Amino acid sequence: MTSFIPETIFKIGVFPVTNTVLDTLIVDAIIIGSVIYLTRKISLSPKPFQNAVEMIIEIFYGLTESVTQNTALIFPYFMSFFLFILLANYSGLIPGFGTIGFWEHGELVPLLRAATSDLNLTLALALISIVAAHVMSLKTVGLKSYLSRYFSINPINLFVGILELVSVLTSLVSLSFRLFGNIYAGEVVLTVVSSIFAFVVPLPFLALEIIVGAVQALVFSMLTMVNMSILTTPHESSHQK
Amino acid sequence: MNFSVSGGLIIAIGGLGPALAVGYIGAGAMEALGRNPEAQGKILPAMLLAMAFAEAIAIYSLILAFGK
Repeated sequence: MTSFIPETIFKIGVFPVTNTVLDTLIVDAIIIGSVIYLTRKISLSPKPFQNAVEMIIEIFYGLTESVTQNTALIFPYFMSFFLFILLANYSGLIPGFGTIGFWEHGELVPLLRAATSDLNLTLALALISIVAAHVMSLKTVGLKSYLSRYFSINPINLFVGILELVSVLTSLVSLSFRLFGNIYAGEVVLTVVSSIFAFVVPLPFLALEIIVGAVQALVFSMLTMVNMSILTTPHESSHQK
Repeated sequence: MNFSVSGGLIIAIGGLGPALAVGYIGAGAMEALGRNPEAQGKILPAMLLAMAFAEAIAIYSLILAFGK
Protein backbone atom coordinates (compact mmCIF):
# COMPACT_ATOMS: atom_id res chain seq x y z
CA MET A 1 0.00 0.00 0.00
CA THR A 2 1.53 3.32 -1.02
CA SER A 3 1.97 5.71 1.87
CA PHE A 4 0.49 9.20 2.21
CA ILE A 5 3.81 10.63 3.13
CA PRO A 6 6.43 10.83 0.38
CA GLU A 7 9.54 8.89 1.31
CA THR A 8 12.87 10.66 1.66
CA ILE A 9 15.52 9.30 -0.67
CA PHE A 10 18.45 11.40 0.49
CA LYS A 11 19.14 14.69 2.21
CA ILE A 12 20.93 17.78 0.98
CA GLY A 13 22.01 19.43 4.20
CA VAL A 14 18.74 19.70 6.14
CA PHE A 15 16.48 19.58 3.07
CA PRO A 16 15.05 16.07 2.56
CA VAL A 17 14.76 15.17 -1.11
CA THR A 18 11.74 12.91 -1.48
CA ASN A 19 10.79 10.78 -4.45
CA THR A 20 8.13 13.30 -5.44
CA VAL A 21 10.69 16.12 -5.46
CA LEU A 22 12.73 14.03 -7.91
CA ASP A 23 9.67 13.69 -10.12
CA THR A 24 9.07 17.45 -9.92
CA LEU A 25 12.61 17.99 -11.16
CA ILE A 26 12.02 15.59 -14.06
CA VAL A 27 8.80 17.37 -15.06
CA ASP A 28 10.55 20.74 -14.81
CA ALA A 29 13.35 19.45 -17.02
CA ILE A 30 10.85 18.24 -19.64
CA ILE A 31 8.96 21.54 -19.70
CA ILE A 32 12.01 23.81 -19.72
CA GLY A 33 13.76 21.59 -22.25
CA SER A 34 10.74 21.73 -24.56
CA VAL A 35 10.54 25.49 -24.20
CA ILE A 36 14.21 25.96 -25.07
CA TYR A 37 13.96 23.55 -27.99
CA LEU A 38 10.83 25.21 -29.39
CA THR A 39 11.91 28.81 -29.06
CA ARG A 40 15.31 28.17 -30.57
CA LYS A 41 13.94 26.85 -33.83
CA ILE A 42 10.67 28.73 -34.07
CA SER A 43 9.52 29.02 -37.69
CA LEU A 44 6.56 30.33 -39.66
CA SER A 45 5.82 26.94 -41.20
CA PRO A 46 5.78 24.88 -38.08
CA LYS A 47 6.81 21.28 -37.71
CA PRO A 48 4.45 18.86 -35.90
CA PHE A 49 5.63 19.48 -32.34
CA GLN A 50 5.47 23.26 -32.63
CA ASN A 51 2.12 22.92 -34.40
CA ALA A 52 0.64 20.84 -31.61
CA VAL A 53 1.87 23.23 -28.92
CA GLU A 54 0.51 26.22 -30.83
CA MET A 55 -2.85 24.52 -31.18
CA ILE A 56 -3.05 23.84 -27.45
CA ILE A 57 -2.08 27.41 -26.63
CA GLU A 58 -4.67 28.78 -29.05
CA ILE A 59 -7.46 26.70 -27.57
CA PHE A 60 -6.66 27.77 -24.03
CA TYR A 61 -6.14 31.41 -25.00
CA GLY A 62 -9.57 31.43 -26.63
CA LEU A 63 -11.03 29.91 -23.49
CA THR A 64 -9.39 32.56 -21.31
CA GLU A 65 -10.54 35.36 -23.58
CA SER A 66 -14.14 34.19 -23.41
CA VAL A 67 -14.06 34.40 -19.61
CA THR A 68 -12.11 37.51 -18.80
CA GLN A 69 -10.64 40.74 -20.15
CA ASN A 70 -7.22 40.70 -18.46
CA THR A 71 -6.19 37.76 -20.60
CA ALA A 72 -2.53 38.72 -20.73
CA LEU A 73 -2.24 38.64 -16.95
CA ILE A 74 -4.19 35.47 -16.32
CA PHE A 75 -3.25 33.25 -19.25
CA PRO A 76 0.37 32.52 -18.15
CA TYR A 77 -0.84 31.16 -14.82
CA PHE A 78 -3.58 29.12 -16.50
CA MET A 79 -1.25 27.52 -19.01
CA SER A 80 1.62 26.96 -16.56
CA PHE A 81 -0.56 25.24 -14.00
CA PHE A 82 -2.20 23.12 -16.69
CA LEU A 83 1.04 21.95 -18.30
CA PHE A 84 2.82 21.28 -15.03
CA ILE A 85 -0.05 19.37 -13.44
CA LEU A 86 -0.79 17.42 -16.62
CA LEU A 87 2.81 16.28 -17.00
CA ALA A 88 3.15 15.55 -13.28
CA ASN A 89 -0.02 13.43 -13.35
CA TYR A 90 1.05 11.52 -16.43
CA SER A 91 4.56 10.95 -15.12
CA GLY A 92 3.06 8.71 -12.44
CA LEU A 93 1.80 6.33 -15.11
CA ILE A 94 5.18 5.69 -16.70
CA PRO A 95 6.38 2.12 -15.98
CA GLY A 96 8.89 2.22 -13.18
CA PHE A 97 7.29 5.00 -11.16
CA GLY A 98 6.29 3.63 -7.80
CA THR A 99 7.69 0.18 -8.52
CA ILE A 100 11.48 0.53 -8.80
CA GLY A 101 13.01 1.19 -5.42
CA PHE A 102 14.85 -0.23 -2.48
CA TRP A 103 13.69 -2.18 0.56
CA GLU A 104 13.65 -0.49 3.95
CA HIS A 105 12.13 -2.06 7.10
CA GLY A 106 10.27 -4.57 4.95
CA GLU A 107 8.51 -1.86 2.90
CA LEU A 108 9.39 -0.95 -0.66
CA VAL A 109 10.53 2.66 -0.96
CA PRO A 110 10.07 3.69 -4.60
CA LEU A 111 12.69 5.93 -6.13
CA LEU A 112 10.17 7.94 -8.12
CA ARG A 113 6.53 8.77 -7.50
CA ALA A 114 3.95 10.97 -9.21
CA ALA A 115 4.61 14.51 -8.01
CA THR A 116 0.98 15.40 -7.52
CA SER A 117 0.37 12.43 -5.25
CA ASP A 118 2.15 14.48 -2.59
CA LEU A 119 -0.03 16.77 -0.51
CA ASN A 120 2.92 19.11 -0.05
CA LEU A 121 3.03 19.82 -3.77
CA THR A 122 -0.70 20.27 -4.27
CA LEU A 123 -0.91 22.52 -1.22
CA ALA A 124 1.97 24.59 -2.57
CA LEU A 125 0.27 24.89 -5.95
CA ALA A 126 -3.02 25.92 -4.35
CA LEU A 127 -1.22 28.52 -2.20
CA ILE A 128 0.55 29.94 -5.24
CA SER A 129 -2.75 30.09 -7.12
CA ILE A 130 -4.60 31.92 -4.37
CA VAL A 131 -1.80 34.31 -3.39
CA ALA A 132 -1.20 35.16 -7.07
CA ALA A 133 -4.91 35.79 -7.57
CA HIS A 134 -5.11 38.16 -4.62
CA VAL A 135 -1.92 40.02 -5.48
CA MET A 136 -3.17 40.36 -9.06
CA SER A 137 -6.48 41.64 -7.74
CA LEU A 138 -4.74 44.23 -5.56
CA LYS A 139 -2.70 45.40 -8.52
CA THR A 140 -5.54 45.69 -11.01
CA VAL A 141 -8.50 46.98 -9.02
CA GLY A 142 -6.71 48.66 -6.13
CA LEU A 143 -6.86 48.34 -2.36
CA LYS A 144 -10.26 49.99 -1.80
CA SER A 145 -12.20 47.84 -4.21
CA TYR A 146 -10.39 44.73 -3.01
CA LEU A 147 -11.28 45.40 0.62
CA SER A 148 -14.87 46.36 -0.19
CA ARG A 149 -15.41 42.79 -1.33
CA TYR A 150 -14.77 41.50 2.18
CA PHE A 151 -15.65 44.33 4.56
CA SER A 152 -18.57 46.67 4.27
CA ILE A 153 -20.88 48.85 6.39
CA ASN A 154 -24.08 47.45 4.93
CA PRO A 155 -24.97 44.40 7.11
CA ILE A 156 -25.98 42.19 4.20
CA ASN A 157 -22.72 42.92 2.42
CA LEU A 158 -20.87 42.35 5.68
CA PHE A 159 -22.37 38.88 5.93
CA VAL A 160 -21.49 38.19 2.31
CA GLY A 161 -17.99 39.47 3.05
CA ILE A 162 -17.55 36.96 5.86
CA LEU A 163 -18.71 34.19 3.53
CA GLU A 164 -16.17 35.35 0.96
CA LEU A 165 -13.39 35.17 3.54
CA VAL A 166 -14.42 31.61 4.41
CA SER A 167 -14.61 30.75 0.73
CA VAL A 168 -10.94 31.73 0.28
CA LEU A 169 -9.96 29.17 2.89
CA THR A 170 -12.25 26.50 1.51
CA SER A 171 -11.05 27.01 -2.03
CA LEU A 172 -7.48 26.58 -0.77
CA VAL A 173 -8.36 23.28 0.90
CA SER A 174 -10.55 22.06 -1.93
CA LEU A 175 -8.03 22.82 -4.69
CA SER A 176 -5.23 21.00 -2.93
CA PHE A 177 -7.25 18.04 -1.73
CA ARG A 178 -9.10 17.51 -4.99
CA LEU A 179 -5.89 17.12 -6.95
CA PHE A 180 -4.08 15.17 -4.23
CA GLY A 181 -7.01 12.83 -3.61
CA ASN A 182 -7.61 12.01 -7.24
CA ILE A 183 -3.99 11.24 -8.06
CA TYR A 184 -3.18 9.46 -4.79
CA ALA A 185 -6.33 7.33 -4.94
CA GLY A 186 -5.49 6.51 -8.55
CA GLU A 187 -2.05 5.35 -7.44
CA VAL A 188 -3.53 3.14 -4.73
CA VAL A 189 -6.10 1.67 -7.11
CA LEU A 190 -3.44 0.88 -9.71
CA THR A 191 -1.19 -0.70 -7.06
CA VAL A 192 -3.98 -2.86 -5.68
CA VAL A 193 -5.31 -3.97 -9.07
CA SER A 194 -1.84 -4.71 -10.40
CA SER A 195 -1.07 -6.81 -7.35
CA ILE A 196 -4.15 -8.94 -7.93
CA PHE A 197 -4.13 -9.27 -11.73
CA ALA A 198 -0.82 -8.73 -13.48
CA PHE A 199 -1.91 -8.54 -17.11
CA VAL A 200 -5.03 -7.47 -18.98
CA VAL A 201 -7.19 -6.27 -16.10
CA PRO A 202 -5.19 -3.14 -15.09
CA LEU A 203 -5.72 -1.69 -18.59
CA PRO A 204 -9.12 -0.05 -17.98
CA PHE A 205 -7.78 1.41 -14.74
CA LEU A 206 -4.80 2.88 -16.58
CA ALA A 207 -7.19 4.39 -19.12
CA LEU A 208 -9.25 5.83 -16.26
CA GLU A 209 -6.11 7.33 -14.75
CA ILE A 210 -5.23 8.95 -18.08
CA ILE A 211 -8.66 10.57 -18.22
CA VAL A 212 -8.56 11.59 -14.56
CA GLY A 213 -5.09 13.10 -14.93
CA ALA A 214 -6.21 15.32 -17.79
CA VAL A 215 -9.52 16.28 -16.16
CA GLN A 216 -7.92 17.19 -12.84
CA ALA A 217 -5.26 19.33 -14.51
CA LEU A 218 -7.98 21.11 -16.42
CA VAL A 219 -10.17 21.57 -13.33
CA PHE A 220 -7.35 23.01 -11.22
CA SER A 221 -6.22 25.47 -13.86
CA MET A 222 -9.75 26.48 -14.85
CA LEU A 223 -10.65 27.14 -11.22
CA THR A 224 -7.51 29.25 -10.90
CA MET A 225 -8.41 31.19 -14.01
CA VAL A 226 -12.03 31.75 -12.99
CA ASN A 227 -10.94 32.80 -9.50
CA MET A 228 -8.46 35.28 -10.93
CA SER A 229 -11.00 36.66 -13.37
CA ILE A 230 -13.57 37.14 -10.63
CA LEU A 231 -11.04 38.85 -8.38
CA THR A 232 -9.85 41.23 -11.10
CA THR A 233 -13.28 42.57 -11.95
CA PRO A 234 -14.06 45.53 -9.69
CA HIS A 235 -16.57 44.76 -6.99
CA GLU A 236 -18.89 47.73 -7.60
CA SER A 237 -19.50 46.87 -11.21
CA SER A 238 -21.28 43.67 -10.18
CA HIS A 239 -24.04 45.75 -8.57
CA GLN A 240 -24.77 47.81 -11.65
CA LYS A 241 -27.35 46.34 -13.97
CA MET B 1 -5.03 -6.95 6.41
CA ASN B 2 -6.91 -5.01 9.08
CA PHE B 3 -10.35 -3.78 8.15
CA SER B 4 -11.49 -0.65 9.96
CA VAL B 5 -15.19 -0.07 10.49
CA SER B 6 -14.87 3.70 10.84
CA GLY B 7 -12.93 3.95 7.60
CA GLY B 8 -15.57 2.00 5.75
CA LEU B 9 -18.33 4.15 7.24
CA ILE B 10 -16.55 7.36 6.28
CA ILE B 11 -16.32 6.47 2.62
CA ALA B 12 -19.76 4.85 2.52
CA ILE B 13 -21.60 7.86 3.92
CA GLY B 14 -19.33 10.40 2.28
CA GLY B 15 -19.70 8.80 -1.11
CA LEU B 16 -23.48 8.84 -1.08
CA GLY B 17 -23.96 12.55 -1.80
CA PRO B 18 -21.42 12.79 -4.63
CA ALA B 19 -22.78 9.62 -6.23
CA LEU B 20 -26.26 11.15 -6.31
CA ALA B 21 -24.85 14.44 -7.56
CA VAL B 22 -22.94 12.80 -10.41
CA GLY B 23 -26.06 10.86 -11.33
CA TYR B 24 -28.18 14.00 -11.47
CA ILE B 25 -25.56 15.81 -13.54
CA GLY B 26 -25.44 12.91 -15.98
CA ALA B 27 -29.21 12.75 -16.15
CA GLY B 28 -29.44 16.47 -16.87
CA ALA B 29 -26.82 16.14 -19.58
CA MET B 30 -28.62 13.19 -21.13
CA GLU B 31 -31.86 15.11 -21.19
CA ALA B 32 -30.21 18.12 -22.79
CA LEU B 33 -28.55 15.86 -25.36
CA GLY B 34 -31.87 14.20 -26.11
CA ARG B 35 -33.48 17.52 -26.86
CA ASN B 36 -30.64 18.85 -28.96
CA PRO B 37 -28.16 16.24 -30.15
CA GLU B 38 -26.24 18.83 -32.15
CA ALA B 39 -25.09 20.67 -29.02
CA GLN B 40 -23.00 17.67 -28.02
CA GLY B 41 -19.73 19.57 -28.34
CA LYS B 42 -20.82 22.06 -25.69
CA ILE B 43 -22.72 19.81 -23.32
CA LEU B 44 -20.17 17.05 -22.93
CA PRO B 45 -17.15 19.08 -21.69
CA ALA B 46 -19.37 21.05 -19.31
CA MET B 47 -20.80 17.81 -17.95
CA LEU B 48 -17.32 16.36 -17.40
CA LEU B 49 -16.23 19.50 -15.60
CA ALA B 50 -19.29 19.48 -13.34
CA MET B 51 -18.72 15.80 -12.58
CA ALA B 52 -15.12 16.52 -11.58
CA PHE B 53 -16.32 19.12 -9.08
CA ALA B 54 -18.95 16.80 -7.62
CA GLU B 55 -16.42 13.97 -7.44
CA ALA B 56 -14.05 16.09 -5.35
CA ILE B 57 -16.25 15.73 -2.26
CA ALA B 58 -16.05 11.97 -2.48
CA ILE B 59 -12.28 12.28 -2.75
CA TYR B 60 -12.12 14.24 0.51
CA SER B 61 -13.94 11.46 2.35
CA LEU B 62 -11.72 8.86 0.65
CA ILE B 63 -8.62 10.58 2.03
CA LEU B 64 -10.10 10.59 5.52
CA ALA B 65 -11.02 6.91 5.19
CA PHE B 66 -7.39 6.07 4.43
CA GLY B 67 -6.28 7.91 7.54
CA LYS B 68 -8.30 5.67 9.85
